[in-house]
Amino acid sequence: MNILVIEDDSDTANYLIKGLRESGHAVDHAADGKEGLYLAMEEHHEVMVIDRMLPGIDGLSIIRTLRASGNRTPVLILSALGEVDDRVHGLRAGGDDYLVKPFAYSELLARLEALLRRGTAASAETVLRVADLEMDLLSRTVRRAGQALDLQPREFRLLEYLMRHAGQVVTRTMLLESVWDYHFDPQTNVIDVHISRLRSKIDKGFEPSLLRTVRGAGYSLGTRG
Amino acid sequence: MASRYLLHSSTFRLALIYMALFGASVLLLLGFIYWSTAAYLTQQTDQTIEAEIADLAERYRMTGLAGLTTLISERLSRKPAGSAIYLLVNKSLDPLLGNLNRWPRGAQVQDGWVDFQLEGPGADNADTHPARARVFRIKGGYLLLVGSDIHDLEHTKQRIIITLAWGLAITFVLGGLGGAMMSRTTVRRIESINQASREIISGDLTRRIPTRNTGDDFDVLADNLNAMLDRIGLLMEDVRRVSDNIAHDLRTPLARLRNRLEELHLQTSGTGANSEGIEQAVSEADRLLNTFNALLRIARIEAQHGGESFTAVAMDDLVRDVAELYEPLMEEKRQALAMQLHRNVHVSGDRDLLFQAIANLLDNATKYTPAGGNIQIDLARENGKGRLAIADSGPGIPEAAHEKVFQRFFRLEQSRTTPGNGLGMSLVAAVVTLHRMSIRLEDNRPGLRVVIEFPVCESAAAPLR
Repeated sequence: MNILVIEDDSDTANYLIKGLRESGHAVDHAADGKEGLYLAMEEHHEVMVIDRMLPGIDGLSIIRTLRASGNRTPVLILSALGEVDDRVHGLRAGGDDYLVKPFAYSELLARLEALLRRGTAASAETVLRVADLEMDLLSRTVRRAGQALDLQPREFRLLEYLMRHAGQVVTRTMLLESVWDYHFDPQTNVIDVHISRLRSKIDKGFEPSLLRTVRGAGYSLGTRG
Repeated sequence: MASRYLLHSSTFRLALIYMALFGASVLLLLGFIYWSTAAYLTQQTDQTIEAEIADLAERYRMTGLAGLTTLISERLSRKPAGSAIYLLVNKSLDPLLGNLNRWPRGAQVQDGWVDFQLEGPGADNADTHPARARVFRIKGGYLLLVGSDIHDLEHTKQRIIITLAWGLAITFVLGGLGGAMMSRTTVRRIESINQASREIISGDLTRRIPTRNTGDDFDVLADNLNAMLDRIGLLMEDVRRVSDNIAHDLRTPLARLRNRLEELHLQTSGTGANSEGIEQAVSEADRLLNTFNALLRIARIEAQHGGESFTAVAMDDLVRDVAELYEPLMEEKRQALAMQLHRNVHVSGDRDLLFQAIANLLDNATKYTPAGGNIQIDLARENGKGRLAIADSGPGIPEAAHEKVFQRFFRLEQSRTTPGNGLGMSLVAAVVTLHRMSIRLEDNRPGLRVVIEFPVCESAAAPLR
């Protein structure tokens, strides 16, 4: 994957670049807004990470300029600010996702992969498949090994999100934002309970287990591991 | 402006007191004027009588009783319609000469001044006039009374009293009107200061007290208050900057530490003993970061004053979403959830923050309610106000601690062992204040009931996100 990182704080930038390269991605880096905008316009990237506060041109202006010139590359905004208003501004400017500093690397990676996947996935799919698990989006039914599973609406949406991101790590905050559509910090791990409920429906009595917990990061649906 | 407010204003009271004092001085002044005028008029009459007596005495000394009677007759015939009174009587008080037909009743039979009622010609008692005279004893047992009808004098005195009374009344009326007008102006200016203060208290720290640029004492007061507000604003800005610095200076290295540990974990994964220790360290760092984030979040919410992120939020839907999120958790603890949600209760607010606040409350409810307990959520609408009550059958909170639970890091002794950072309720309080809602804790016998009251936003058709 080809990733552009526009970040002026050298600590964050180095750490990010090192991590992304170790995960097997090609990374371009710009330390100020001007250079960042130049790289974003001239080179092709599959996803961009842009800091909000930059010397020269600020992050949101870069995104607006890119969007105005027809560039649709997914953008993850990094910000030291962290209130809802800021998130709304960021997404309104044309960003695709928003992450507040400091962040866990696993969270960033999970979100970047989700953005990349969004770029390639055909949205017209009507049936999702992971191993022998099958979800029909039109009839709203789920089968595993041909056997119908009874899911409640929220469990259906949860599973749909996991299946659309099969093989990736999905974090708890990503689930809250996408499946519940609220940005908030749960005090207890309420999500874990929803996951274990879902797991008992889709994995109980079947082999292999598909829904696994990735320690310190989130969950992943798939056959590997 | 309510007249009730005017009556309660200190300026109006001051005006009343001033009016009373002023009225008393005017009364005193007018009293003095009356007293001196009346004394002067009386003195004038007395002097006229004395001059007359001096004349008569002179004649008597020179020509005796005969001359005296001639003079009196002359005087009587000269001005019959005048106000002068003459009466000469003998020893047995029989009138000999004069314009009185008998010795006046009540007048003493010796030398000196007498005041008496003069009876009119028509023997009618109503037609009496006051009179003042001086009595002389003359050789041979004769008594001479020389006086004057002072009816006109008394009448003049009365006119003066009436005039002065009117003057007093007018003084009071004008004073009262002036006082009311003066206090109205003052009250209006104080009210404008109050109005600005209220807006500032409710969170609009950029609001300033209006001035008239006349340089009067109210302007000076407003300028001083505004300067104070500027100073407070500057201090708050400092505090915010400090907390942002804390965020940057402590959160960032902490996050880096956490990420190093995670990296280490990935490298050592599968090598047994160390792996588990590192995992624990990671979750410890996560907890610390969460506490930091919560603390900063509260500070941010407290510094906000509503606005851009506010939309019309359907509380019933929001509560249902929170309940749905927590439902599996409650099911796991075999807690029964009962909900009574009034439909179409909208509030102007930040959807995510309200969700967070209600989630925190429900989180506490499930956390502290023992397995098999009950949780009840009620959303009602009364008198244009919304009321959300979340009740549980847990151990409750002693009343003495009801206020303290909203303080940062406050935890009840018995809940020290349950996980949590003591910031959940502080965050709830911050969100509640931001939305101009009120929150209180009640005894649910047994358990705790948290009641939130809020202004309902009427426009259900307001833009939803």
